[in-house]
Amino acid sequence: MKRPVPTAAAALATKLRAGPDGFIRLQIDERDWIGLAMGCAQGLQDLLALWVDDDAAHMGLGVPALKLRIIVSVPLKRGSFPSVAKNHPAACRLERSIRDLHGVEPKGLPDQRNWMDHGKWPSPPPSLKKDAARRDAAYAFLATEGEGLHQIAVGPVHAGIIEPGHFRFSVNGEAVVRLEERFGYTHKGIAALCKGADIATAARIAARISGDSTVAYSYAYALAIEAALKWRPPPRAILLRGIMAEIERLSHHVNDVGAICNDASVVVLHAHCTLLREDILRTANQCFGHRMMMDRIVPGGVAADLSAAGAEAIQALLARCATNFEAVVRVYDEAPSLQDRTVSTGNVSAELARRFGAGGHVGRASGRAFDTRLNFPYGPYEALDFAMALHAGGDVDARVWVRIEEVRSSMALIRQMLKLLVPGPLMSVMPRARASEGAAMVEGFRGDIFVTVRLDDRARLVNFYARDPSCFQWPLLEAAIEGNIVADFPLCNKSFNCSYSGHDM
Amino acid sequence: MRDTVILLFGQTIQMFLVLLIAPGIAGITRRVKARFMRRQGAPIIQPYRDLIKLVRKESVVAQNASWLFRSAPYAILAFTWVAAALVPTFASGLMFNWAADALALVALLGAARALLALAGMDVGTSFGGIGSSREMMIATLAEPAMLLVLLTMALTAGTTRLPEVAEFLISAPITVRVSLALALVALIIVALAENARIPVDNPATHLELTMVHEAMVLEYSGRHLAMIEMAAQLKLVLYISLIVCLFLPFGMAPANAGPAAWPVGMAVYLVKLVLGAALLGAWEVSIAKMRVFRVGEFLGGAFVFAFLAILLAFVTREVLN
Repeated sequence: MKRPVPTAAAALATKLRAGPDGFIRLQIDERDWIGLAMGCAQGLQDLLALWVDDDAAHMGLGVPALKLRIIVSVPLKRGSFPSVAKNHPAACRLERSIRDLHGVEPKGLPDQRNWMDHGKWPSPPPSLKKDAARRDAAYAFLATEGEGLHQIAVGPVHAGIIEPGHFRFSVNGEAVVRLEERFGYTHKGIAALCKGADIATAARIAARISGDSTVAYSYAYALAIEAALKWRPPPRAILLRGIMAEIERLSHHVNDVGAICNDASVVVLHAHCTLLREDILRTANQCFGHRMMMDRIVPGGVAADLSAAGAEAIQALLARCATNFEAVVRVYDEAPSLQDRTVSTGNVSAELARRFGAGGHVGRASGRAFDTRLNFPYGPYEALDFAMALHAGGDVDARVWVRIEEVRSSMALIRQMLKLLVPGPLMSVMPRARASEGAAMVEGFRGDIFVTVRLDDRARLVNFYARDPSCFQWPLLEAAIEGNIVADFPLCNKSFNCSYSGHDM
Repeated sequence: MRDTVILLFGQTIQMFLVLLIAPGIAGITRRVKARFMRRQGAPIIQPYRDLIKLVRKESVVAQNASWLFRSAPYAILAFTWVAAALVPTFASGLMFNWAADALALVALLGAARALLALAGMDVGTSFGGIGSSREMMIATLAEPAMLLVLLTMALTAGTTRLPEVAEFLISAPITVRVSLALALVALIIVALAENARIPVDNPATHLELTMVHEAMVLEYSGRHLAMIEMAAQLKLVLYISLIVCLFLPFGMAPANAGPAAWPVGMAVYLVKLVLGAALLGAWEVSIAKMRVFRVGEFLGGAFVFAFLAILLAFVTREVLN
């Protein structure tokens, strides 16, 4: 009798022990691989990441309810692996990226168009040469048919100072019939740059994947490296990392709330939030020597200490923040003209948020109860006490409220961590290098960042892969705008505030 | 003969006065907004500098632009300027009084708008098309309300000539007129929509997808853009002047007073304009922009107000007679 194909990752992982990074690693065959992809679509587990290494494809899966994280690997067969997207659409863009960047073919991938590769690279990797015809083909946007439909092309160059990305609207008058995104304009070749780099060099590269999440990326990278080397950072460093991560979250959430108000033309709230954000950034600069705290978290510890004066500056900042931000919240809550714009605009259904495993404010505003800090706690969060900001509305308003509540919880978390801070070393000594791998997840301000590394015995990176939360949020923006009007797109887009750079890597 | 010269002189002053102060009024509104946002704000003379800069700059025109695209800015400026010169500002009884007809005003502005909408679509960019279609939607809703407001005034004063309406309101015994209050509300709503202000449009936005007026003029640059900016600023002065002339005409030099009364009239007029511009700035920071389809309801409100106003004007006239 044939063994039934397991679709639940939990069933495969029974009796297996997780590595030091909390991930269970498992070699499977193609049949199980396809089964697990189906399980993702059924909602048995979330797809966390999908990447290829030298001769295998890997899939990160998570079951938050069971606190279970698994990395399954399937060997590549003649440069291909069975497509996950065939059964689970959330993987579609990940697989298109894999094909463009590595020349590995996801067998049965429903969407054959390019993604990262626009046919413009001066010297494409040899693995892509065979795809010359596909690379040169003009990009075909999905067709819409009907009387009076027309297209509006926006970007990649936008009027504001934002990152490049192309949006193709098919509209009927003002109503959006379909939105299709096209990215890849900020592709930097992060994975290729990290290949063969030493730990410190790669740390600087990881910190620059998406500048606004530099702390979160550095954090995730450091955790992955430390897991691979069984490297334990000192207690003070663990708390300082948490403080930096929460300051980063604070600054961006405050900024986003203001920016969303600005897109509804409520300029006063935007001005207040901008001032507040500047206050936060200056305090960060004063405490850690960099406004965005870039390169301050490094494998093994932190590169900047917090002085007693710095801790006082943060306490003072939190006091100012509490009054000023609550004033903004009051105005937001009591302005009917603003609520009229945000409530019921840009709806993301709970079902879609689950299917795409959308993290961060996008998921939590649509009832997906997932926050890496609570579901898979790391660093200081194991010992800290806070509640998840969860809303069910799924609209712009719900995403604003998730941010508002997270600003509050971040401030409380920083206070808790400052209290726990004791003097001590900032770095621990690096253990002896060995060929190993490690993965980590960190909750950035956008959502869960996944990073995995593989090291050789001289502590150089053989493989590096990072998955930005935006990868699972951008597709939902296309769904959120459906049934809305063109003029509400900027508001929806701002309420998502996905990363272009993080997505394009 | 001497009278004619004086009246012509007065009319010339008015024509160039509105042209001269229009950028300043826009500057005041921006400055007030900036102060509310706790910003320093650009100096009030900044719009003048911008205009000079634009005139000096090269004008980039799309390859497929027709003669319409090139000539529209001049025609739009001309129409708007004539319209602005017709609205009584500091004195009534000037040279072109006979032409200062409320209906002519609507026609001039309508012509300018039609030209702008056509020019917006001329080059064939998607944003120009969006802007033009939105502008026409707003216009079809705003124009009837505007006409009703003007007819209410005409009904009350017995003429459609604006200077005579103003004279009538100055000389008529002061009473609370419900119909005028309703007409004022309607006219303010129309003025906000026509001048592309919040909550209908945001003159300061960079988001192409939400623009109305700015989307239509996205392809313009250099002196063409200067003309269009100038016309927009003139239109703002026109609407504030119109509101002032119809609802707060006190202080205006009467037709028979002669040039001696002009300086006082001018001072009062300028104070009213500055106040109007400042109020506009304060209003704009206190409210969010509407969803595009809410604009219909907003302007529908203006129409209802104007309709009630004209109805009340009729009824009260019947009673008085």
